[in-house]
Amino acid sequence: MTEEKEGKKYTTISIPTPLAEKIKKRIEGTGFNSLSSYVTYVLREVISGIEEESEEAFSKEDEEKVKDRLRALGYLD
Amino acid sequence: MSKPHGGKLINRLVKKESSDVAELPKLEINTDLSEDVLNISKGVFSPLEGFLYDNDLESVVKEKRLADDTPWTIPILLDFDKQDIKDLKEGDAVLLTNKENGVLAQLDIDEIYTYDKKTLAQAIYHTKDTDHPGVANVYNMKQLLIGGKITLLDCKIRQFDNYNLSPRETRFLFKEKGWREIVAFQTRNPPHIGHEYVQKTALTFVDGVLINPIIGRKKVGDFKDEVILSSYETLMKHYYLKERAVMSILRTSMKYAGPREAIHHAIMRKNFGCTHFIVGRDHAGVGNYYGPYDAHDIFSEFPDLGIIPVFFRSFSRCTKCDSVVNDKICPHDQKYHINFSGKKIRELLTNGEIPSEDMMRKEVAETILRFDKPFVE
Repeated sequence: MTEEKEGKKYTTISIPTPLAEKIKKRIEGTGFNSLSSYVTYVLREVISGIEEESEEAFSKEDEEKVKDRLRALGYLD
Repeated sequence: MSKPHGGKLINRLVKKESSDVAELPKLEINTDLSEDVLNISKGVFSPLEGFLYDNDLESVVKEKRLADDTPWTIPILLDFDKQDIKDLKEGDAVLLTNKENGVLAQLDIDEIYTYDKKTLAQAIYHTKDTDHPGVANVYNMKQLLIGGKITLLDCKIRQFDNYNLSPRETRFLFKEKGWREIVAFQTRNPPHIGHEYVQKTALTFVDGVLINPIIGRKKVGDFKDEVILSSYETLMKHYYLKERAVMSILRTSMKYAGPREAIHHAIMRKNFGCTHFIVGRDHAGVGNYYGPYDAHDIFSEFPDLGIIPVFFRSFSRCTKCDSVVNDKICPHDQKYHINFSGKKIRELLTNGEIPSEDMMRKEVAETILRFDKPFVE
């Protein structure tokens, strides 16, 4: 189910109730004001760690140009 | 090295024959917007490929993220008035021009939309007070915004370009140097002893430091850009290992958006390949609009930022410790502490005097004094 909240789309995900209860206890007195905000935080952290980088193709010619410029400017010997 | 923000380093520099675009209408933009165009094109603002769309702006304002959930805190916007170009509509393309640089880029107009200045100012600057320079800028913006991708057509050589490395170049440089962890230090002033302490403390735990002065529009009384660069050249020559420190400039205007801008500054340094970013007290603040450590606290909202903030609180010289200290390491009373007062250093230099070596390296002060007029008039 997807819903709009203040213009941002949110979706509902099911997690086991005992886990939800554990998290609710865990976030008491912290800056997290809801179970959702905590789960969002954790998922963002996890996902960012495993996201792939789309590697830019650096041609040999490009590489030489960059190297030459860095040498000319004194950044490389 | 950090991955580019959003996973891909943007490169919007495309060689086109001038005859291909000569017929397009022209839209003149100011220097700050020109810098934004260059920063988008070279990947400093990755993953942005152009000026924000309406849904991205709304998301940045409300969530501090782009519409695809990528952290982003400072909206990069192109404003215009209807009278700037007649009959401009979505689907058109224009040439962005600037008085100093001529034709800069092609902009594909995907969206033209309206926005609310009060909402924008309040969200980004946490105030609607027009005494705040960032809020004043928002209130001076034109009525409409254009969302669309840009393609850089020309990139002329400009002053200080011998220090102007793109993210592709810094990444290449770090790789060549064998640096895996790099800390970035942002500055708008010549270095005093406190700055050196902060940089070297951070450098102790990583492979290299990128000294990254912000070059751009300045206020009267600020140090001139060439003074800042020369003073750092001197400091690095005498007091840094060549294989551990590099300096490259960042051309962008300060927004004085405090905590939101601290995140933006970190994102830009991530795109340069840095893994760590030094955040001091009241980073990017102005007046009393933000708490001294708001720019530290905001980082806890971004577990997915992809660059590690290195927080420094206050630092000073302790006469009892006989060294530079910070509030976590020195047990002595405030009466033993001498603060690094930029104002005091400036006063001395204005009078042609060399500050005490407790405050500033003699070689650095002498470099500054070699300039007839080191301050913006």
